[in-house]
Amino acid sequence: MTWVANNLDLIASLTAAHLKQSALPIILGLLISIPLGWLAFRYRFTRGLILTTSGLLYTIPSLALFALLPPLLGISFLSVANLVIALTIYAVAIMVRSVADALASIDPSVRSAAAAMGYGSWRQFWAVELPLAGPVILAGLRVAAVSTISLATVGILIGVENLGYLFTNGLQRRIVPEVLAGVIAVMLIALIVDLLLAAIGRLLMPWVPGRRSGRRALQSHVVNP
Amino acid sequence: MIEFASVTKEFGNGPAAVEDFSLVIPARKTTVLVGSSGSGKTTLMRMINRMVEPTRGTISIDGADVRDRDVVQLRRSIGYVMQNSGLMPHLRVIDNVATVPVLNGVPRRTARANALELLDLVGLDRNLAERYPRELSGGQQQRVGVARGLAANPNIMLMDEPFGAVDPIVRAELQVEVMRLQRELEKTIVFVTHDIDEAFLLGDQVVILQQGAQIAQVGSPSEIMDNPANDFVASFIGAEQGKRALTPKATASGTVLVDGQGRTQGRLVEDGV
Repeated sequence: MTWVANNLDLIASLTAAHLKQSALPIILGLLISIPLGWLAFRYRFTRGLILTTSGLLYTIPSLALFALLPPLLGISFLSVANLVIALTIYAVAIMVRSVADALASIDPSVRSAAAAMGYGSWRQFWAVELPLAGPVILAGLRVAAVSTISLATVGILIGVENLGYLFTNGLQRRIVPEVLAGVIAVMLIALIVDLLLAAIGRLLMPWVPGRRSGRRALQSHVVNP
Repeated sequence: MIEFASVTKEFGNGPAAVEDFSLVIPARKTTVLVGSSGSGKTTLMRMINRMVEPTRGTISIDGADVRDRDVVQLRRSIGYVMQNSGLMPHLRVIDNVATVPVLNGVPRRTARANALELLDLVGLDRNLAERYPRELSGGQQQRVGVARGLAANPNIMLMDEPFGAVDPIVRAELQVEVMRLQRELEKTIVFVTHDIDEAFLLGDQVVILQQGAQIAQVGSPSEIMDNPANDFVASFIGAEQGKRALTPKATASGTVLVDGQGRTQGRLVEDGV
């Protein structure tokens, strides 16, 4: 444990780098998944194409992806961009299906009610369908976030320093506490980000049944039988 | 006035849901389309706001073909109340009611203020304004649905089995409420139901439909009850049995009327006695 105490600065700076490298793919993944997921939900032809492709993408080993991307995109093999793009692809692969499932999970009668009220199709998507798809999209986002944070550690294999550094360095120098510190730090930030996303979800979607609102519903039932 | 002229609707290759249907729906009256499932009554109603487009024929409002109107504008100009309320689960009651005015560009603050008044109008406590639909009872949700339908002050209200999913006591309350609102507001109401009692209670004009939206009879409730056009109508309205077939029975204190189950339903009062 003295190793950890002596290297808190290192752990802190690696954690910051790790968060920065993970945040971008998570956000980009969400932004890309929404239109793709909509296409997969909306048209039968694109559904098969998009869901199969994204499923296949997820099966590509990360090292292979690191080797494939640079010649395809003209970026350096040993670069943050390579890591971020690879992680974005994995995030999209996870989230596209969630977005498509989320849109499909909306009660058709609500959709038809919105149309009958006179929502135009663009406004109906943003004001009705996307918010109602929110809970399922959020579930996918949480999985993608945790998976991205854990997967980001492989960045060290292409020279991108983050918490993965503690694994390789600890193994090479046979410092077990260093490896453990890396594992625990990754788990901790994954957990914190997951809880944070859940909290943001509750804030943005107060209409989703939860413990607190359940109590309110009960009260309303008592007051107005 | 809404007019259906030789309207046909075919879905796929099956038999026509609506075949050569013509009807005039008078303004400021309640017209009830009543029939069992498969009679095409909901399809007819949904053709008025173009949720369903007819295969042939035209539907016009005050002489203008609905197909010449922008579909989104048309729908915003027509109130729509549906079964199971169709409220937006992610919007508070007040914002549900304010939906159409906000779509029309009314400032949110104004729309919400008007929505509060609409809650009063439909007999809902203003305390419910900030709740979400799932926190309301079924009857309360339907009242919100009615308030939402009225919010943009449309001339026409379409009501698609609005009280089909609430219990009989609440349904009776809501029916009374609709009659009260109609006395105050005089909308052109098109009401769809499979419940003939509801049709007779609410309708100025009742349209009894058979399969394929064939009109079995059109008339006021009295005209239909006095003179059922055929056996289908007679049996649909239950003229020969149940509580609408009353037979006189002499008692010590005068003549009473007895229904099909042998229960006394009322006393016969002769004119001039």
